[in-house]
Amino acid sequence: MTTQAIEPRMELEQHLHMYRQMAKIRAFEEQVNELYKGAKMPGLAHLYIGEEAVAVGVCEALRRDDFITSTHRGHGHCLAKGASVNRMFAELLGKEAGYCRGKGGSMHIADQDTGNLGANAIVGGSAGIATGAALSAKMRGSSQVAVCFFGDGALGQGLLYETMNMAALWKLPVVYVCENNLYGEYTPCGETIAGEILARARAFGIQAESVDGQDVQAVHATMRKLVERARRGEGPAFLECKTYRYYGHHVGDVNREYRTKEEEREWMTEHDPLQTLAQRLTAQKLADRSVFERIHTDVKAEVESGVQYALAAPYPEANEVDQDVYA
Amino acid sequence: MAVMTYREALNQALREEMRRDPRVFVIGEEVGLYDGAYKVTQGLLKEFGAKRVVDTPICESGFTGVGIGAAMLGLRPVVEMMTFNFSLMAMDQIVNTAAKLHYMSGGQFSVPLVIRGPGGPAAQLAAQHSQSMETYYYHVPGLKVVRPTTPMDAKGLLKSAIRDDNPVIFIESETLYHLKGEVPDDPDFLIPLGQAIVRREGTDVTVVAYMGMMYRALEAAEELAKEGISVELVDPRTLRPMDTETIIGSVRKTHRVVVVEAGAGFAGMGSEIAAFITEQAFDDLDAPVERVTGANAPMPYARNLEKLKTPTTEKILAAVRRVCNANGS
Ligand SMILES: Cc1ncc(C[n+]2csc(CCOP(=O)(O)OP(=O)(O)O)c2C)c(N)n1
Ligand SMILES: [Mg+2]
Repeated sequence: MTTQAIEPRMELEQHLHMYRQMAKIRAFEEQVNELYKGAKMPGLAHLYIGEEAVAVGVCEALRRDDFITSTHRGHGHCLAKGASVNRMFAELLGKEAGYCRGKGGSMHIADQDTGNLGANAIVGGSAGIATGAALSAKMRGSSQVAVCFFGDGALGQGLLYETMNMAALWKLPVVYVCENNLYGEYTPCGETIAGEILARARAFGIQAESVDGQDVQAVHATMRKLVERARRGEGPAFLECKTYRYYGHHVGDVNREYRTKEEEREWMTEHDPLQTLAQRLTAQKLADRSVFERIHTDVKAEVESGVQYALAAPYPEANEVDQDVYA
Repeated sequence: MAVMTYREALNQALREEMRRDPRVFVIGEEVGLYDGAYKVTQGLLKEFGAKRVVDTPICESGFTGVGIGAAMLGLRPVVEMMTFNFSLMAMDQIVNTAAKLHYMSGGQFSVPLVIRGPGGPAAQLAAQHSQSMETYYYHVPGLKVVRPTTPMDAKGLLKSAIRDDNPVIFIESETLYHLKGEVPDDPDFLIPLGQAIVRREGTDVTVVAYMGMMYRALEAAEELAKEGISVELVDPRTLRPMDTETIIGSVRKTHRVVVVEAGAGFAGMGSEIAAFITEQAFDDLDAPVERVTGANAPMPYARNLEKLKTPTTEKILAAVRRVCNANGS
């Protein structure tokens, strides 16, 4: 969050904060799955469980007034940028108290106050907004940075390359964050991505790096470097985060026959972002189990009260149906 | 009032709005160094610099998306489509993002964006360069769609579009750029979006038309006057939101309607106009609403076929005569 060297104590606090954010996202998403299974949640949700270190490591490197754009798998991005659990649940349940007055739902959460320019359910669709936000920041001389989250699936979309080209030409303060979770829906990314991912960005002269997306400290450290670089006016960057979604493509995808149970088990046990951070801090004797247990208790309580709040909240009034079509 | 071309009127509107509001900037292909593929942005780079007159690569989807993001965050971009045919490359950004963002975000974000450029039938440019693109856009809630027929309208409507807080699709015409007309000098001269104009008063039949079709309808009206048929010409100017009141008001007076449109007829503007006239003024009609539309085919290249595809003055004359004879008058 700052550019100065961080004191060890502050550093620990930041790491514990990142742990808390990841734990919150996981607890939130587990609750979403329960709501869906209990037929209390309509529509469709794409769970972020397993990928928490990406959103948290990235957003922790941003200022509150920096921008993000999000995807169909966006709950983690929103929470990591500072969205409230209450209003997130309210939106998912289509309630008026939700971020979008119940008119956006899981795939369209936007939060102006935290610089969240909105989730876009069109794969790759928000690359324009993120790049335009960066253009606006540059034109206004605001020193803000924009981050565009997208999945490996979006690497097939032309818009991404159109906008990366302009961002490089005009040295815009934007970081393209590719969440490579190895699958686009039910197809392994080896079937859809030719050549080298980073080489695509480098071909535009864009600084490109790859990081273990299950290691929040690594994501955060790399992202901080790229964000500060962009803020200094040195141009756009591309960050590939190698990650994995533990659940299906969406809540209804429960069998997951397109991948092996061994593969899933290995990611969950060997590369879990929460365990990785907890084990490291414990081994360094910076924190013990009770610290992490308390965090889990806290976030569970927050999620539980959030879901109760949303369940009790009213639906939008009938006149909302054609409100806000025009500004 | 000064007399100037349609192109100059647009240029003046851009220049005045850029002087008035530092948030306004122009972005698109060839808009800067080359002064615009059709010279609408002539001299803007020189006056406002490269920061506010941004030349882009050839990537309609990309620069439209960038315009949307910039519009959400405090700027007022005017995106130029070299021609509106190419806006199809940006259709997703326009329809799924620009048009819906205000609604989907529960009113948190708005997109004060103008997308402008020439569209409609051109002269023997064939199917991909000669089509009426407004049909694709006026169906979309969240968009406003403007088609200015005269130099005065071009200026007044473009200035209103730039000041509007919504995404506005502003489609000019290659074939009208050289057209001359009177244009007010007042830098605050505005024509509100959503206001039709009666271009010629008449009593026997209402003809609704815009852009090139309006000029053909005018020709037809003069011819028909000689036959004793008095034509009232209504130009909607803005297609969404449409000023239904003015059109209905005219129908209540004349009881007969012909809608002329350059694009293909199926599910076109005429269908919508016929529908709301039927809903709101059925009892006032003395004849069914007639439509004179482009043929339901892509635009052919050959001169003779192009003419067959297009609503000509002769076709308008025939349609008006038909509705006027419909009840034997
Ligand atoms: C333009 C477009 N095409 C297809 C879809 C349907 N779709 C939704 S998610 C998805 C896969 C996206 O994969 P990826 O970008 O890797 O994101 P992940 O789901 O893995 O997080 C597809 C094809 C869509 N939403 N948008
Ligand atoms: Mg994926």
